[in-house]
Amino acid sequence: MVKQLSVFIQNESGKLASVTEALAWAGVDIRALSIADTTDFGILRMLVSDVQKAAEVLDSLNCIVSQTDVTVVAVPDQPGGLARVLGLMAGANIDIEYMYSLIGRGEEKAYMVFRVSDEDRLLKLLWENGLQTVSAAELGIR
Amino acid sequence: MHRYYQPEIETASRETIRALQSERLVRTVRHVYENVPFYRAKMESAGVTPDDIRSVDDLHRLPFSCKQDLRDTYPYGLFAVPLKDVVRLHASSGTTGKQIVVGYTRHDLEIWSDCFARALVAAGASDEDIVHISYGYGLFTGGLGADLGAQRIGATTVPVSSGNTQRQITILRDFGSTVLCCTPSYALHIAEVLEEMGLTKDDIRLRAGIFGAEPWTNEMRRQIEQKLGLKAFDIYGLTEIVGPGVAFECEEQTGMHVNEDNFIVEVIDPETGEVLPEGTQGELVFTCITKEAFPVLRYRTRDVGVVSRGTCSCGRTLLKMTKPRGRTDDMLIIRGVNVFPSQIETVLIEKGYTANYQIVVDRANNTDLVEVQVEISREIFSDTVKNLTKKGRELEEALKSLLGIAVKVKLLEPNTLTRSTGKAVRVVDKRKLLD
Repeated sequence: MVKQLSVFIQNESGKLASVTEALAWAGVDIRALSIADTTDFGILRMLVSDVQKAAEVLDSLNCIVSQTDVTVVAVPDQPGGLARVLGLMAGANIDIEYMYSLIGRGEEKAYMVFRVSDEDRLLKLLWENGLQTVSAAELGIR
Repeated sequence: MHRYYQPEIETASRETIRALQSERLVRTVRHVYENVPFYRAKMESAGVTPDDIRSVDDLHRLPFSCKQDLRDTYPYGLFAVPLKDVVRLHASSGTTGKQIVVGYTRHDLEIWSDCFARALVAAGASDEDIVHISYGYGLFTGGLGADLGAQRIGATTVPVSSGNTQRQITILRDFGSTVLCCTPSYALHIAEVLEEMGLTKDDIRLRAGIFGAEPWTNEMRRQIEQKLGLKAFDIYGLTEIVGPGVAFECEEQTGMHVNEDNFIVEVIDPETGEVLPEGTQGELVFTCITKEAFPVLRYRTRDVGVVSRGTCSCGRTLLKMTKPRGRTDDMLIIRGVNVFPSQIETVLIEKGYTANYQIVVDRANNTDLVEVQVEISREIFSDTVKNLTKKGRELEEALKSLLGIAVKVKLLEPNTLTRSTGKAVRVVDKRKLLD
């Protein structure tokens, strides 16, 4: 289980830049990032090297920040690797709220970040099928 | 179980009230016409004479009066009796303009006492009670109005006036006061200081409070009731009419009964001046029908509310007005519908949003478009688009069902509105630029 930071971003030029600049200034590294957007606003989701520090910096900028538990799965980096994982989840009726991929990858593995309806069942499913999850420590996140 | 101060009026039949109002209106119009040159001139230019006013049905024929009339005739131009018959003056501080002054005869003070006494009895007070009055005593009508009412019911009156909250709390404790009269914001302040002093509601004996003279929300009511351990009642009034006691709340807490034997209330469209049917929101207009010294006719309050008849569970037949929902000065007309920023604010707060919002009105293809921009809080935020969009939709639905027009909601980051303008600007009407 990994803590993800979610930030409310107003759909306005320069907003994303100011958030990333603040993290850079605080010496926080972004390990993974995705943006969900609508015409009015966006939700920036990130895995960062120091969750607490990043949350504090963004908080001081009056950003709306929340922390969410996500699962990082090591998916075999070969054709059909992701399809198999998603197929297993569909078969077990685990709904994906959102997913995105991690910057960089492990040896012969692609790291995918998942936010699902039932994390406990996902972990059990992955374990039963010999698939690995990646811990915060392995990602250099504290 | 229900107690009234003057049951013969408070629970009278509609016919009785109406007959009383007609008789008193006719008398007052004649009194005003004969004694106030300003009103006489106004009526003459409207082509109305006292002979045209034969019952309440003719009220609409009279011209309106407004605050500017009071300023134009300052200080004594609207007095309908010689000053030797005036026993009291009150004035309204002129925070939004020049100060105004009103006068009372001995008879007028009696009426006012009765009006406030009804409010106290409706709040469950009697001659057994100790009434602590923290409204300011002086030219402001709050302190002395409450004082008249408390004395009228024979309660023990504690005229503390405003200020020095710690001392107020000491008095509340030592004297064992049971009823509190002050502004709702001051009641909350008393609650805060009580906490700071390491005390709770159990250290005081308050069981009812009558709060007014400023706008307050139901959320404030809940807080006051919970922190001070009392039941909070609303009261309505304005200096121009008589002061606090024009209308008062009963234990049902769903609006205020208008003292109709003294004041006739009408609801009008603030744009056209047309009288609106019962249950429709509009500007509240009052006519004094028993006062001698300062009887205003069809006075436009600029307060927006709804008036409704129908039996109240308390047994009173006096019609009820809602808490004022805003001021006509803030009114927006959108697609022909009157909209008040305060209505939008109420919905936002009910739905858990902050009061940091802005209403942007624009016009495209000859249609008015409204966007309500509101800053979100941590409590509202969700990290999925689906949930956040749903929150916005729910707010749009709630606004639509209240206002009767479709409104678009835009969620903003905190501090965006206040930061850019320095001071809260509630309404941005871009339509004006197109005219």
